[in-house]
Amino acid sequence: MSSYITLSLILFTIGSVGVLVRRNAIVVFMNIELMLNATNLAFVSFSRQSGNLDGQVAAFFVMVVAAAEVVVGLAIIVSIYRTRRSTSVDDASLLKS
Amino acid sequence: MFDLQWLLIAIPLAGAALLLTWGKEADGFGHLIGTFASAASFVLGVVLFVRLLGEDAAHRSHSTDLFTWIQAGRFHVEMSFTYDQLSGLFVLLITGVGTLIHIYSIGYMANDARRRRFFGFLNLFIAAMLTLVLAADYLVMFLGWEGVGLASYLLIGFWQHKESAAAAAKKAFVVNRVGDLGMALAIMLMFAQFGTTAVGAVNAAAPGAAKGVATALGLLLLLGACGKSAQVPLQSWLLDAMEGPTPVSALIHAATMVTAGVYLVVRSHGIFDASETARNAVIVVGLVTLLAGAWIGCAKDDIKKSLAGSTMSQIGYMMLAAGLGPAGYAFAIFHLITHGFFKANLFLGAGSVMHGMDDDVNMRHYGALRKAMPYTFATFALGYLAIIGVPPFAGFWSKDKIIEGAFDHNIWVGLGTLLGAGVTAFYMTRMMMMTYFSEKRWQDDVHPHESPKVMTVPLMVLAAASALGGLLLLGNWIPDWLSPVVGKVPEEDLPISALSISLLALLVVVIGVAAGYLLYGRRPVAAETPADSSVSVFARAGRHELYGNELNDAVVVRPTRHLTRFLVWFDGKGVDGLVTGIADRLGDTSQLLRQPQTGYVRSYALMMFGGAALVLLALLVVTLA
Repeated sequence: MSSYITLSLILFTIGSVGVLVRRNAIVVFMNIELMLNATNLAFVSFSRQSGNLDGQVAAFFVMVVAAAEVVVGLAIIVSIYRTRRSTSVDDASLLKS
Repeated sequence: MFDLQWLLIAIPLAGAALLLTWGKEADGFGHLIGTFASAASFVLGVVLFVRLLGEDAAHRSHSTDLFTWIQAGRFHVEMSFTYDQLSGLFVLLITGVGTLIHIYSIGYMANDARRRRFFGFLNLFIAAMLTLVLAADYLVMFLGWEGVGLASYLLIGFWQHKESAAAAAKKAFVVNRVGDLGMALAIMLMFAQFGTTAVGAVNAAAPGAAKGVATALGLLLLLGACGKSAQVPLQSWLLDAMEGPTPVSALIHAATMVTAGVYLVVRSHGIFDASETARNAVIVVGLVTLLAGAWIGCAKDDIKKSLAGSTMSQIGYMMLAAGLGPAGYAFAIFHLITHGFFKANLFLGAGSVMHGMDDDVNMRHYGALRKAMPYTFATFALGYLAIIGVPPFAGFWSKDKIIEGAFDHNIWVGLGTLLGAGVTAFYMTRMMMMTYFSEKRWQDDVHPHESPKVMTVPLMVLAAASALGGLLLLGNWIPDWLSPVVGKVPEEDLPISALSISLLALLVVVIGVAAGYLLYGRRPVAAETPADSSVSVFARAGRHELYGNELNDAVVVRPTRHLTRFLVWFDGKGVDGLVTGIADRLGDTSQLLRQPQTGYVRSYALMMFGGAALVLLALLVVTLA
């Protein structure tokens, strides 16, 4: 059991470090997906351990939200790439005057 | 019939409204409307006066209430007027001399593009002055009081394109505010003490009031009177007021408005009777002004300023007489009326001379004008004889009575008035010699000529009045006439006989005339004013108006300026500093808060992670603890 949680923790840590250190928006996106899947894994594991389906239902919700997020996020990244010819998140800092 | 007294005010007021609102279509006949309004008021004044003459002496006071002006709690002011012996005389003087000056101005202002407006202002003045003298409530009187102040301001600054005229108008207005403050405070005190501001009620209640109240009221009213009547210490505006057109100087700054202070003191006799301190203050102010004005009159080369000094001095006589109490009230008014005649005459004469001399006012550029301007000379000479007090002309009778009263009061005050009479004779002789006698000192391109009839006829009327004004004293008429209003003149108890005082006064006048003749008639007069350094200390002081302006500057203007500068500094650094300081600190704080807002997504993400980790940590701590 604990090995599943350990794997989930490792995946989440890799994902969060990736979000913080990588500049390419697509890689950042992939890391977010990694974090989401790490949580899904944790949900499913805890669900299995406690013997009810609550965690699995939550995992489905996360997947749906993640799918929607990917659609919106990728659309934004594509349109930014079209105007700026770059997907670096540091270049898109227009809100700082 | 006497209910119509409001018409006296309404007619010139309507004239003013008409002239000031009508456009330039009225330029051609506006002056006629103005003159007609003033003359109509005069005719009505005469009719009312004749009616008053026919009435029983005890019932000659007629009051009318037009409407309730102010009604607020206990404070109640009626728009009320009183036509009695005193105001009747004033109405005749104001409208009579006023009408003559209106007629004169038709000629004097003939070439002025804004003549219509000038007549509008003159009518406004007549209306305000009549409000002042007819008022039966101090607040209504204050309305007229401020009205004449406004008219005076507008007319002094009538030629406002001249910077000096604009400045003089402002000066007159500001100095008068100081006096008006006294009058306003007096009215407030009246209400606080007596619960009313009606003239009759206040004067009836004054003898029963505490001594201190009567004295305070008297001194405050005196301050008001000093402002309006150009008495020391508020005298400085009158000489500058000569920047106005000469008819204005004659009407407002000689014959009528400046005597309003004397009227105020006489009208408030109940208050002054109740306080000897206030009366003595009036005498001191009158005596000081009478000597100061005469001194200034001796030193000025500007004919109008010399006459203005003389006006100050003569009003000093009136003030002094008013301060003598019942012994002097009637003679103050008597001198006021005769002075109104001869001073208006002299001023209009001076205006006529200026008219012929291209508006030059410097007497050193005159000389030998008696042949060029025979009518002006003859009428001026009658005014001259009247003002210096040669019998049987008007000034002799009125001034003599005041000198007698002064001797009766106190030998030193008497000697002061006597000295004033001598100096008056000196400066008037000087003016006479420099203007009409001695040799020609005319500037180039000046061709003196007699003024048109429209100007000389009013001069003749006023000259006749100056000569015959003494008739008012015939059979002791004027004191008897005024006694129901101001009280009976008590028996005099003179240290020396009245006849010897008259002879003494005449002797002093002869000495003054002789001195004037020897200094300015026999010797040639310099065509240019000698430099300050070459004249005596006395002449220099007189030229500088006894350093009154310098004194005001040092005592009032400069300290006020320093105070203003301090206040500006305090406002900038203190008040504004506090407000902008708070804003600045807020700005600094937000600058600090701005620092973490880098605009990089990853730094925001780091913060989120950090925050989430903190929450998690806190949860763990709580659960484990």
